[in-house]
Amino acid sequence: MIQSFINDFPKWLKKNLFNTPVNSVISIFILALLWKAIEKIFLWLLVNSVWTGTAATCRQADGFCFPFLFEKVRFIIYGFYPDGQLWRPTLAMLLLFGTLFYSRIPERWTKKLVYTWFGFFTLFFWLMRGGLGLPIVTNDKWGGLPLTLMLATIGIIFSYPLGIVLALLRRSNLKILKTLSVLYIELIRGVPLISVLFMSSVMFPLFLPEGVNFDKLLRAQIAIILFVSAYMAEVIRGGLASIDKGQYEAAHTLGLSYFDTMRLIIVPQAIRIVIPPTVNTAIGMFKDTSLVLIIALFDLLNTTKTALRDPEWLGFSLEAYVFVGLIYFVFCYVMSKYSQGLESEFGMKER
Amino acid sequence: MKKLLILALLSSSVFAGKTLDAIKKRGNLKCGVSTGLPGFSFPDSKGNWKGIDVDFCKALSIAVFGNASRVKYVSLNAQQRFTALQSGEIDVLSRNTTNTLTRDTSTGLNFTTPLYYDGQAFMVRKKSGITSAKQLNGASVCTQQGTTTELNVSDYFRANRMKLKPVVFESNDEVVQSFVKGRCDALTTDASGLASERSKFKNPEDFVILPEIISKEPLAPAVRQGDDEWFDIVKWTMFALIQAEELGLNSKNVDSFKKSKDPRIKRFLGRTPGVGKSIGLDEKWAYNVVKLLGNYGEIYEANIGINSPLKLKRGLNSLWTDGGLMYSPPFR
Repeated sequence: MIQSFINDFPKWLKKNLFNTPVNSVISIFILALLWKAIEKIFLWLLVNSVWTGTAATCRQADGFCFPFLFEKVRFIIYGFYPDGQLWRPTLAMLLLFGTLFYSRIPERWTKKLVYTWFGFFTLFFWLMRGGLGLPIVTNDKWGGLPLTLMLATIGIIFSYPLGIVLALLRRSNLKILKTLSVLYIELIRGVPLISVLFMSSVMFPLFLPEGVNFDKLLRAQIAIILFVSAYMAEVIRGGLASIDKGQYEAAHTLGLSYFDTMRLIIVPQAIRIVIPPTVNTAIGMFKDTSLVLIIALFDLLNTTKTALRDPEWLGFSLEAYVFVGLIYFVFCYVMSKYSQGLESEFGMKER
Repeated sequence: MKKLLILALLSSSVFAGKTLDAIKKRGNLKCGVSTGLPGFSFPDSKGNWKGIDVDFCKALSIAVFGNASRVKYVSLNAQQRFTALQSGEIDVLSRNTTNTLTRDTSTGLNFTTPLYYDGQAFMVRKKSGITSAKQLNGASVCTQQGTTTELNVSDYFRANRMKLKPVVFESNDEVVQSFVKGRCDALTTDASGLASERSKFKNPEDFVILPEIISKEPLAPAVRQGDDEWFDIVKWTMFALIQAEELGLNSKNVDSFKKSKDPRIKRFLGRTPGVGKSIGLDEKWAYNVVKLLGNYGEIYEANIGINSPLKLKRGLNSLWTDGGLMYSPPFR
């Protein structure tokens, strides 16, 4: 393949970039411009980059400051988690990746998977929180990547069934249930996530009886689940609406009850149809978790911002943001690729 | 309407005398800190909280438990801080918060003794030749949008009948960058902030901070209203830090004063009983604070003093005997 690429490349160039004199001039001009831009990045990242030293060495040079990253990567990824216990969030994240990897094949989406996830969450929280032989690490010390992953994963997983219920309610014939569902969905969709988070962190504690305290992280997590479920509901409703009437009628003829019709026929088909918008919501959600920084939770973006404020290491924001940008990109890209894979798989089966 | 509701809810809180018991029962002290302000409360590269506000949390933990590690730090932003205190999410707010009349009276909290006296000032380029804020007539001043600093600077210019050209930016980084790049003649924010910003410049010696302080920012810890016992503990822990410095006691030499005949020191260290019983703490609480943490001067120098990255002179925060405002009532 590489061989054919090398053979065909000059031909391709000639055909596409240099086929007329005018095009040749334009091509050269654009290539020169591209080089101008890339050259800087290239020099900054590879040629002028600093690998060892202190902040002072970095300030002298004009390139990517790796010492900054080496110094701060621990705080950016793990936040306040105590030194010496860092294997716990690491293992917890690996478990998460493993469970996600295991769940990727649609054939495995059975009841067993629900138990698998249940087991995973038990292990995850045991590792993060401790107890039963591990030192306790209270959740005010959780932060960085594990926190971001936790908020996003739990947010997506729990909002999904809630979204299905809301979508079904919205399509139900019972006026009260329908109205309630519409009210909820439109109310949540009508306000930004920031305001929901703010309500959960600033207003909500005031309404509780005195002395009763609801964990800050839990409040934020619930706010996220409630918020995303409204979006998921609308996504799933789109799927439900696209199911042919014949499917309902056929189910009816078979004598299936409402629940069986939904459970066995309508919902599975609807979910399949809405995979792309679901993943779209999930990707958006994953990035939206960074908003928890406004309620002072130290997620990945907040630990990064905090690391940047260290007086000894000021002025390396480009390095920090490139680094976390890369992390966010990898996760979102994998999600997007996965959904494309699923689509083609389902598409193939249907045809 | 919303405000009224909040106020109604706030004023109904009564926690009289319960805070200390709750802390002892829980086994830790919940201390509200900032989301990251170097020198005051800031996580280091290992994720440990550091700073003068953090050290005050530790002092309280020592006073109550005799151990600096019994603190749970709750990171709070500007909007959350008062609610968190009200709702009992934290026991004390030690988060670079300015004591003002409105805050002290209407938000259901009580400010204790200031931990740090700050104030807004100006920084200019040395080569501009400006030596006093009074010479800033017609100057362009870089400041951050929507902060009290913006308000203070326009008040100051109006009061002195000077013309102000404000150059306003949304983020603090932008403000500082614009000043460095020459977008404006002067930069204004709290003096401690100016000092820490200057420490990051490539050539700090080319910039001067003008002597005028145009606003008063006494940064003080706060507790919930209605629990006088706890209020006293927080207040007197701060006084203990000051008193120790005044008596010349610090973390290294305090043990050598064990045999001191000075009645003030004997009382302070709990050798003559009294200072513990009357406040509901161990007789040796003040000794423990000094031994395990240090006096006010030590904490100051370690976090924000001349040898720290912030390089702040003691100034108003010197002891009263050195012309500052740090003054403790007698321990007797």
